[in-house]
Amino acid sequence: MTDLNTPLYQEHVALKGRMVSFGGWAMPVQYSAGLMTEHECVRTRVGLFDVSHMGEFLISGNQARPFLNRVTTNNVDLLVPQKCQYTMLCYPNGTVVDDLILSQLAENKYIAVVNASNVKKDFDWLVSNNKEGADLTNISDQKSLIAIQGPRSQELLNQSLGHDFSGVGYYHLTEIKFKGIPLTVFRTGYTGEDGFEVMSDNQHASAIWRLLLENGARYQVLPIGLGARDTLRLEAAYSLYGHEISDAINPIEAKLGWAVKFEKGPFTGSDVLLKEKKDATRKVMGFEVIEPGIAREGYTVHNESEQVGFVTSGTHSPTLKKAIGLALLKTAEANIDNVLFVDIRGKKKKIRLIKTPFYKREKPV
Amino acid sequence: MIHQPENLKYTREHEWLSMDGLTAYVGLTSYAAEQLGDIVHIDLPQPQDEFAKEESFGTVESVKSVSDAYMPVTAKILLINDKLAENPGMINEDPYGDGWIIQIEIKDPAEVENLMSFEQYQTYLSEEH
Repeated sequence: MTDLNTPLYQEHVALKGRMVSFGGWAMPVQYSAGLMTEHECVRTRVGLFDVSHMGEFLISGNQARPFLNRVTTNNVDLLVPQKCQYTMLCYPNGTVVDDLILSQLAENKYIAVVNASNVKKDFDWLVSNNKEGADLTNISDQKSLIAIQGPRSQELLNQSLGHDFSGVGYYHLTEIKFKGIPLTVFRTGYTGEDGFEVMSDNQHASAIWRLLLENGARYQVLPIGLGARDTLRLEAAYSLYGHEISDAINPIEAKLGWAVKFEKGPFTGSDVLLKEKKDATRKVMGFEVIEPGIAREGYTVHNESEQVGFVTSGTHSPTLKKAIGLALLKTAEANIDNVLFVDIRGKKKKIRLIKTPFYKREKPV
Repeated sequence: MIHQPENLKYTREHEWLSMDGLTAYVGLTSYAAEQLGDIVHIDLPQPQDEFAKEESFGTVESVKSVSDAYMPVTAKILLINDKLAENPGMINEDPYGDGWIIQIEIKDPAEVENLMSFEQYQTYLSEEH
């Protein structure tokens, strides 16, 4: 099966993006600046990401809220119009169908933004579980999403769109018109920096992308590929579907219990997850490699006598200049400062469990 | 010390070899360095270790990936470039100079003849990629 192209494909090619196959899409893993430079650009200035491969669903009607509350882990009753929420869809056994950002657009109208590689699975899952009869529409093929991330993101967006976004709080959204083009602007992201994600109809994506690149010249803005997207999210210790959460790892194990709200009443997977909250035998922990070497996804973790887990994500941190990662470990070993060993291609290297996030931005004044 | 790319021998795995009598320097080509991206870690053998032609003698890691480095010819390690432990990015910055990886003693000079010349390597790159 050939990969799909986002509406920004030609922009990536023109910017010398190195295109790779990702979740059924041809996406830039890096541009000419390279991963390290792109990573630093987002940490210190501002970068642009094409995240149009992600999926968007509309959930509406007076049954939308009860339906969403039953199939997602977070409490939809905490949402009001223009507010966003990190949440998950779980299977009855508590493992994860997908994680997503659910936002309320209006009374009885919600939008879910889901992972690119899970769009069909998620939508089928929602449709087949929709016993309340909410109205479900998959608008993924019509919508483009551009992320603007970094300390200068608000300035860049304000100037580019001629609108003051300072009133839009973290995990909130606003809907505006720019030269007649309707845009949904979310103050969300996946980098650990301040940032926004701008959703438009596909035909406007290139114009917005170019406008942001042109206006961003004064901040030395760069387009950012999937490579830096992954190192940025891992420094911020954000979970990635298929790594820290999956159809074999539940949210409690992944330390996402803050997005699992039992007080709202039963939801898909809640009885299993409630037990897990007390008795989880595994836990995702952050670590640093304290001998030379980089621990990669899938490498096994050991104590002095036995295997105690495996690496779910691992990389060299461009900001911290050391090897970091997340590992799913036996609960008995999941203690900060515990020293374990990772098997790096046959050689045991010491790791120390440390607090996450690995990187935390300074709070804005 | 800069090794002139025009005078080197090349492997299909994108190593270069600079021969001087029975000793030679080995590194990665600029093409390989660019494809790997920013190199952040390298695992190297010990001097006196011996390797067969095309055997992996070490690994080179970028942020995203791990790649093996292969011995161009059957050889014994004489020196490793110690500076790469502190600064593996030198392979990106100066692949034919300070980014050299190992110095070797060649066991069979005839094996060098089977490596590609600069022109053959350029043709190989244009055909393969």
